[in-house]
Amino acid sequence: MGKQDTKRDDLGVQTLEQAYGKGVARAAARKRNHLGVTSEGRRAGAGTYTALAIVILIFMLPLYYAVSIASQDSTATQYGVEALKPGGGLLRNMAAAFQAMDFWNALGGTLFVSLIVSISTVFFSTLAGYSFAKLRFRGKNVLLTIVVGTMTIPQQLSVVPLYILANKAGLFGSLWAVIIPALVNAFGVFWMTQYLQDALPYELIEAARVDGASMFRTFLSVGVPAARPAAAMLFLFTFIGQWTNYFWPMLILGSNKNATLTLAAATLKGAHFTDYTLVMSGVVLTTLPLLLLFFVAGKQLVSGIMAGAVKG
Amino acid sequence: MSSRNTKQQGTPGPSLRTRLGQLEWKASPYLYIAPFFILFALVGLFPLFYTVWIATRQYNTLTGDSGWAVCGQVCGDSGTTASWLGNFQWVLHQDSFWIALRNSFSIFLLSSVPQIIIALWLAWMLNANLKAKTFWRMGVLLPYIIAPSAAGIIFSQMFSDKMGAVNVLLQAVGLSPIMWHASTIWSHIAIATIVNFRWIGYNTLIILAAMQAIPADVIEAAVVDGAKQWRIFRSIILPMLRPTLIFVIITSTIGGLQIFDEAQMFHNGTSGYGGPNHQYLTLSMYLWTLGFNNVTIGQPNMGRAAAVAWLLFIIIVLIAILNFFITNRMASGGMAKVSKEVAAERAAQAERDRQFAIRSGVEGRRRLAEQQTAQSSAQ
Repeated sequence: MGKQDTKRDDLGVQTLEQAYGKGVARAAARKRNHLGVTSEGRRAGAGTYTALAIVILIFMLPLYYAVSIASQDSTATQYGVEALKPGGGLLRNMAAAFQAMDFWNALGGTLFVSLIVSISTVFFSTLAGYSFAKLRFRGKNVLLTIVVGTMTIPQQLSVVPLYILANKAGLFGSLWAVIIPALVNAFGVFWMTQYLQDALPYELIEAARVDGASMFRTFLSVGVPAARPAAAMLFLFTFIGQWTNYFWPMLILGSNKNATLTLAAATLKGAHFTDYTLVMSGVVLTTLPLLLLFFVAGKQLVSGIMAGAVKG
Repeated sequence: MSSRNTKQQGTPGPSLRTRLGQLEWKASPYLYIAPFFILFALVGLFPLFYTVWIATRQYNTLTGDSGWAVCGQVCGDSGTTASWLGNFQWVLHQDSFWIALRNSFSIFLLSSVPQIIIALWLAWMLNANLKAKTFWRMGVLLPYIIAPSAAGIIFSQMFSDKMGAVNVLLQAVGLSPIMWHASTIWSHIAIATIVNFRWIGYNTLIILAAMQAIPADVIEAAVVDGAKQWRIFRSIILPMLRPTLIFVIITSTIGGLQIFDEAQMFHNGTSGYGGPNHQYLTLSMYLWTLGFNNVTIGQPNMGRAAAVAWLLFIIIVLIAILNFFITNRMASGGMAKVSKEVAAERAAQAERDRQFAIRSGVEGRRRLAEQQTAQSSAQ
């Protein structure tokens, strides 16, 4: 396509005005406006806002329902329409659930597991991701393929051997049995590799090397700062993933039923399935810390998901 | 060898510092990936190979490994013949396995199909020129922070057969209540709703990111050609989202077939796991029942659980491959028989033509020319 063709074929409003006069340009602009497509994207009308608001309200409904049941004064109103009207017993019920699920213990266990797993995942992933993204070595592609390949393997495939191994190691019922298998994960390495490939220019590494920095010094002073945004997102996702994890902790923690929040909430349901004001209070207590995290770091979560998606 | 010697004798060898530097240069990449791979081999790769072994063994939690797997009487013999296939044979002879397979498929379809359609719709709306973008995006992501098990508890209550909020509302508008737990298909719909609740927003943001990567001039040019909103969505946005959609479909396949937390928490305190008739027993729950939940001591059979895990994995791989081929075939318009290179060449050519057509407004001019010729011939 020649330059002249491009000019003739570019039918933006301004070009139209030059080529065919103001009337045509105005008509085109009107037509585009009518269709709702401008250069900034589709115009958002009241309909879009209303629809989005309704969707978000629907998304909030289950949470509202949980809080509403948790606030009932007695178990007599825990069902049906009555349960949709908040009562005055929220604090009392939450205090009871607090006791019943041994909240501090469960919160401590969840925090302990989530923090150690997140820190370790971010550390090992950044180190390996830097190496995969920016250093040259033999066998790199094969090793990276192995990492990516194992990302699709379902968790169920390794629960049986991990259960046997954890039992042999005497870790049954211990939080370490939850932590150790999650210390590293393939997704984290893939994520950091992808990010660092673009975010860290070779020039920076070379400059650091020319200035006489050792390899590890280069990693610390150039690689780590460049990796920080992606590392923060990886931390958030790993943290939420561990916080909401249920299957494996349930298997391996056995009779240690209040060791983490998800387990404690499930135990509460099993023990008090006739008193939903108590069960829902437990669910609310389990969700509350993450809700706080969401208000603080929700923006990072959104941009994290969207940044990862473009690479897909 | 000799030349190296003379060289070393002739000139002083590289200093210790330089040699250390070179060693560091060569070893660093491996040193950085080593911690990950050592741990990963222990907790990620080794268990995978170990499952293969266990799946072929008679492995009870009480007795441990006791030789090759025994299928037992369901296989037709007296129940003593041991073979490495025994666990697989036993599992495939169980009605529960096939029920669980059916349920998993049903829940997976009911969750992934609406999930992707609604996510597409939401992303399309979020892609508009909105005020307070971050607020709306955070809004749709909110359910992501609720643990699947917690969501299971909440929804189990909402969908309660007798007095759940959903049924009370249905009755309020004059409809008959639905047996969300007792009925097979309705329980699948209810569980799929829990899954959708948590994942729609997440997938919306993934699709939204891909939508925003579509160059604005392509869409603007289509508008000039007279394309309406739906036409733009169908002919430009949807095809350009294809790689992202494949990604979303494959991840929701892997997730959808593994569902455990939601279905496990869906059961009432009084009913059995997966419901009294196993109406919502999923494959993961079946695996758990076989390997971890049977109450008799020594009864939990890890070998059979491992066999179920492998069957689950094989099914996931098969469906992922099937997904890939279907989406590929849809995109290439049924040209699956030509070689990859030719197909890629043709696709690239078609894309170039399409881009050119979009940019140049050829379509519009052709129609204009047709109208003119039609008018002149009519005159």
